[in-house]
Amino acid sequence: MGRITLDKVRKAFGDVEVIPPLDLTIEDGEFVVFVGPSGCGKSTLLRLIAGLEDVSGGQIRIDGEDATMVPPAKRGLAMVFQSYALYPHMSVRRNIAFPMKMAGLPQDEQDRRIEAAAKALNLTDYLDRRPGQLSGGQRQRVAIGRAIVREPAAFLFDEPLSNLDAALRHGMRLEISELHKRLDTTMIYVTHDQIEAMTMADKIVVLQGGVIEQVGSPMELYRAPRNIFVAGFIGSPKMNLLTGEEAAKRGAHTVGIRPEHVSISTTEGTWKGTVGVAEHLGSDTFLHVHREGAVDPMTVRVDGEFSAKHGDTVWLTAQEDQIHKFDAEGLRIA
Amino acid sequence: MATQHSRSAARFMMAPAVFLLLVWMLVPLSMTLWFSFRRFLPLRGGDQGFVWFENYTRFISSSAFWPSVQTTLIIVGGILLISVVFGILLALLLDQPMWGQGVVRILVIAPFFVMPTVSALVWKNMFMDPTNGLFAHLWRAFGADPVVWLSDAPLFSIILIVSWQWLPFATLILLTAIQSLDSEQLEAAEMDGAGHLSRFGYIILPHMSRAITIVILIQTIFLLSIFAEIFVTTGGAFGSRTLTYLIYQRVLESQNVGLGSAGGVYAIILANIVALFLMRIVGKNLDA
Repeated sequence: MGRITLDKVRKAFGDVEVIPPLDLTIEDGEFVVFVGPSGCGKSTLLRLIAGLEDVSGGQIRIDGEDATMVPPAKRGLAMVFQSYALYPHMSVRRNIAFPMKMAGLPQDEQDRRIEAAAKALNLTDYLDRRPGQLSGGQRQRVAIGRAIVREPAAFLFDEPLSNLDAALRHGMRLEISELHKRLDTTMIYVTHDQIEAMTMADKIVVLQGGVIEQVGSPMELYRAPRNIFVAGFIGSPKMNLLTGEEAAKRGAHTVGIRPEHVSISTTEGTWKGTVGVAEHLGSDTFLHVHREGAVDPMTVRVDGEFSAKHGDTVWLTAQEDQIHKFDAEGLRIA
Repeated sequence: MATQHSRSAARFMMAPAVFLLLVWMLVPLSMTLWFSFRRFLPLRGGDQGFVWFENYTRFISSSAFWPSVQTTLIIVGGILLISVVFGILLALLLDQPMWGQGVVRILVIAPFFVMPTVSALVWKNMFMDPTNGLFAHLWRAFGADPVVWLSDAPLFSIILIVSWQWLPFATLILLTAIQSLDSEQLEAAEMDGAGHLSRFGYIILPHMSRAITIVILIQTIFLLSIFAEIFVTTGGAFGSRTLTYLIYQRVLESQNVGLGSAGGVYAIILANIVALFLMRIVGKNLDA
């Protein structure tokens, strides 16, 4: 079981309040991703849940029991750190065994769990190596193995993939998702990468300046961002945000149009513009089109086979039903 | 072309320094070797020609030789033990965030700046003096008889004095080692359920092992040749005569340069044996 409830949790370092009172419920078995730009307090929030930082106010409940003052080891949570935090002088086996050794588990039980974790994580051949002799991805798996053997109520991941290269990151993303499906344990995952958030989460928590901007499933956030910040943060490439005349025409202060909701034509359309930079991904191409009379280019997703050269004149048309409208405070107009 | 040219220029410009270092090292070494093979009594006939290995056999068969080696090892071992153990404890203490950290750290380094002769004199007269010393007053305050430190416990006294001097060095090196420990490792251990002692034993101490071997290596090299502390306090009496001190006595008190030089060669051999052992330990540690 791993139902975690944050009740008016607050954190201040001296006079600086990094997290104003905040409420959040994480259901048992959920994969929750905290996402936000750097310095938004997402790691601090995770460390508060872990118990590595003391809360300045409010209450943290794990499975209904007050855990606010419980030391980290007694909360039944396991954490995977950004730097992996493996013990460099211990072999992989001893690294994985460490939490069980501290808990005083019998040796045969320790061996059984190590074998199981090593098999699940493809580490069987590396058990007698030192962390220094492993690649980044293998170290990451050892860190996860060390968390698994504790059979925790919830896993906490603090930007675990940010030290890996792009290809490995993709692989580990799948592995962690797979692990979640298999173990069916609550996982809280901190990242600044919205792709990780979108692909892995059951529930995304978007944070900015210690404040929760929106909570919801990836598609909810994509379809109906509550404000301009979430609109700009979720989705890749970023949503095009237009102000002024175009917005006023639609009765809003700002309108947002996703690159995938703009169609392009060489003959007719709403806006006339010239093609700027084209980013070819193969399957898709992202065109940066300079509209007449607008300062910022508009990003448009087109098919990979669409051919447009720098300086070509094109016409753009937005799908009107997919336009997001925001008021002067940046909040969504339903 | 250019690199070859600049390389020879570099050699040319380095030559004076290399030459100076070689002369600095080789001249005393070869003079020691030269004298060790000769009968040389400055006040009793001067240089009287080669006697080859007689000095060596006489030095080693003297009744003072083996006790002096033993004393050397006890003193070096005792100082190493005290400075490493207390160095670790002090480093742990200084690593804690506290008010006035900067000032405290400078104060901790202070003993290292005091000259050996001065510190030995201060300890001898201000702390260990059986009538006016601070320790004597302390003992009397509790109604005990003051300890005559330098004659009753000469080795312990010398170990105490030299440890006091070397503790800052050990503390500083160990402190930097502790500070270089990744705090996420400690947090991971904390989450894994390790208490303070387990964290020290399983994480901090292994992390410091390299720094500890370096402290031991450097201190051993310097401690094998401590002299001023013994000269000022006991003058080599009460079984506090180390190998270095014995050599000094042979040359200056017995006025036998040949015998002293032979002792010097033995000291070089002893230091090299110790260095060899330590290098192997350090080498092993650096591999890991």
